Parts: sequence; structure tokens; C-alpha cells
Amino acid sequence: MNTNLIQYLLGVADNSLILGQRLGELCGHGPSLETDIALTNISLDLLGQVRSYYQYVAQLQGGDATEDTIAFLRLEREYRNVLLVEQPNTDFGYAIARQFLFDVFHLALLEELKNSKDEKIAAIAQKSIKEVLYHTRFSSDWIRRLGDGTEESHLRIQTAINDLWIYTDELFHQTDADKAMVAEGIGADVSLLKSAYYQKVSAVLAEATLETPQIEYFQKGGKLGIHSEHMGYLLTELQYMQRTYPNMTW
Amino acid sequence: MNATQLNIDKVLFEILESVSDPEIPVLSIVEMGVVRSASVKEGVVCVEITPTYSGCPAMDVIGDDIKSAFKAKGFDAKVDLILSPAWTTDWITEKGRTALEKYGIASPLDAIADKEALLGNKKLVKCPQCGSLNTKLISQFGSTACKAFFQCEACLEPFDYFKCLK
Repeated sequence: MNTNLIQYLLGVADNSLILGQRLGELCGHGPSLETDIALTNISLDLLGQVRSYYQYVAQLQGGDATEDTIAFLRLEREYRNVLLVEQPNTDFGYAIARQFLFDVFHLALLEELKNSKDEKIAAIAQKSIKEVLYHTRFSSDWIRRLGDGTEESHLRIQTAINDLWIYTDELFHQTDADKAMVAEGIGADVSLLKSAYYQKVSAVLAEATLETPQIEYFQKGGKLGIHSEHMGYLLTELQYMQRTYPNMTW
Repeated sequence: MNATQLNIDKVLFEILESVSDPEIPVLSIVEMGVVRSASVKEGVVCVEITPTYSGCPAMDVIGDDIKSAFKAKGFDAKVDLILSPAWTTDWITEKGRTALEKYGIASPLDAIADKEALLGNKKLVKCPQCGSLNTKLISQFGSTACKAFFQCEACLEPFDYFKCLK
């Protein structure tokens, strides 16, 4: 069994699962019907992408593993997502800031992965790019609208960007499994995406009349399974049905 | 795409054409461009389908519907989901586009026009009810992942626009 490949796939896929779950929490709670539908549509796209990755992982693991056991039956320390995506839906500004900071990264990552030597990863990336391009357009648009909107919306989105900024650096960290996969031409070297990422993000923030935070201190840990205090609550909800009624199906 | 273009046996093709998209019942899965291949291997019909969007919840239902359509005609069928090459709106047939419009869904424009329309720069999406081009984007995301939400300013009817996906 290729452990590095499995860990690599989980690193990519768990980001989408956890962000998808966060967006799903907003179902019925969006500030307007249109944004509610948009956020849950994005959630659906992400969960669809996750299924493709997890099905591949299940196939690599063999035995009784399925996409569902991978999604629902791991312990907190076994999830490989970055801290950014597990941050809570404090308000609409936070939801949009988190989405924007992730989308710009996600798109750049998929652009690399579509050239992966692993055919399955390349196919999933090729499919997902089209969707994530649309997500990026949506979140960038809202950054501009809120930043260049009222005094209140400007203040709120700037606060959210400032608060979430400390989680951006981790996007470009690499675990040992990541490095091994990069060496084999399967994974993408995220460290090379960093400067273009910050340029792109700053450009949109400037258009939105927002400040790019000048923060040198960053948080990390998610990629190694060390999550923030929010993760346990998120997983409690995500895993509730399978933990309470093991093996239940629709 | 017709039977010859997809290189599918006529008998199988007709059965596949009878399976409709559960989200858009006027459209068959063949007209949607979701069916990629079908052939008989060792007495089992093997069908490959591809999702319009990764998270499309209709895919599981489509798989089941294909199996029961073949079963009704005395065939055992197996359905595989493939991702590559990725689905594009170019695969919706001419017949499919007409069916969409009749059903009240504006069919996808080409990539450039689509971008202009979705960014709200130009009025290019035609109202499927009254045919006016005086329409406006309400939301980039509509009732399903593949659609955006518009409103006609001439007849005031809201409608879905099938987004271009390349």
C-alpha cells in the first residue's frame, strides 16, 4: 500500500471535506436566499470532489475501506486539512474571507495537479478546476462588494481577513508525504505557489479598498493532524449519525 | 451526439435515450452528453457516464435508472463513472438545447459570451419565456450546480440559465 500517496490524497481532499461541511452549516442561514444557495452549491461541488479522492483512497487501502469510512470514521488527529478551512462561520464576512483565501490557493493547486503523473489525480483536478474557477469568481466578487461597500461591511470584511490571515502560510507547508509525492511527479510543490498567491490576494484586496495584513506570525498544525479547538465540534456534527448508528445507510 | 458519433449499438442507444435526467426530465441522458460509451462485454452491458459537476447528486440516480431501463429489456447492465475527459456543455446536443429552452431553462452561450453575461457586463442571455434579451443576473448560482439564476426585465419571469462549462 502506498502510504505516502494515501496521506497526500487525504491532505488535498480533507480541505474540501471540512470546508464543504462548514459551508453546509450555512444551509438555510445565508444572509439572503441567493448567497445561501451559492454557498451550499459550492459546498456540493467540494463534496463531489472529495468523493472522487476518497474513492481512490479506499481503493488504495483495500479491505473494508469506503469513501464513507474515510469521511466519517477517522479520529481528529487523522484529518490532514489546513487550519484555515475549519475556522467557524463567525459571520458572512468570515465565511467569504475564508472562502476567498482558500479558493485562490485551491485554484493554483489544481492547475498544478492537472499535470500530475497520477492519471486519477489529473482527471479529478481537470474536472474540479472548472468548478473552483467559479468559486473564486464568486468569493472575489464578494470581497470587492463588502470591502467597497458600506463602512460596516468594510470594517467586518477587513476584520475577517486580518483574523484569518495567520492561517494562510500553512497552505504552503509540506509534510514528508507531500515531499515524497512531489519527488515522484505526483504531487504539486505548493511552496512554489506562495508568492503568486499573495500577489493575487493583495491585488483583489486593493481593488476592494482593503489593506493586506502585515502579519509575520502564522499558525500551523492541521496538515500534521494538530487542529484548532473548533475541529472537534465540527467533527462531532459531521460524524454524529455514523457514530450513533454505526453502518446506517440511506 | 448520435449513436454513430458515440459508436454505440443502435439497440443500446435507444434504451439509453429512454433514460431521462432526473433534474431535467425533458432531457435524456444522451442529449445531456452524460453517456460516454456503451458496449456489451461477456453478456453484460457496460455503460460509462460522466458527471456534469463533481457533486451532481443525480449521478447515483442516473446509474440506477440505466440499470433498470436495461433490465426491463432483458439486459444486465454495469455503470461506471468516469471523470476524464471532463464534461463540457458542448456535449449537450442541438435537440437537448431545444428541449432545455422549451422547459424554461436558457441554454448555455459560448465561453466568451457566458463570461460577459455572468459578470453582468452584457445582456446576452435570452429569456426562454418571451425571448427578450433584456435580462439580468440575479445570482451566479441557481437551483442546481449547473445553473445560474436570471430574471427577465421584459416579462419579469425569473428563470434558470444553464452555465457554459468548458
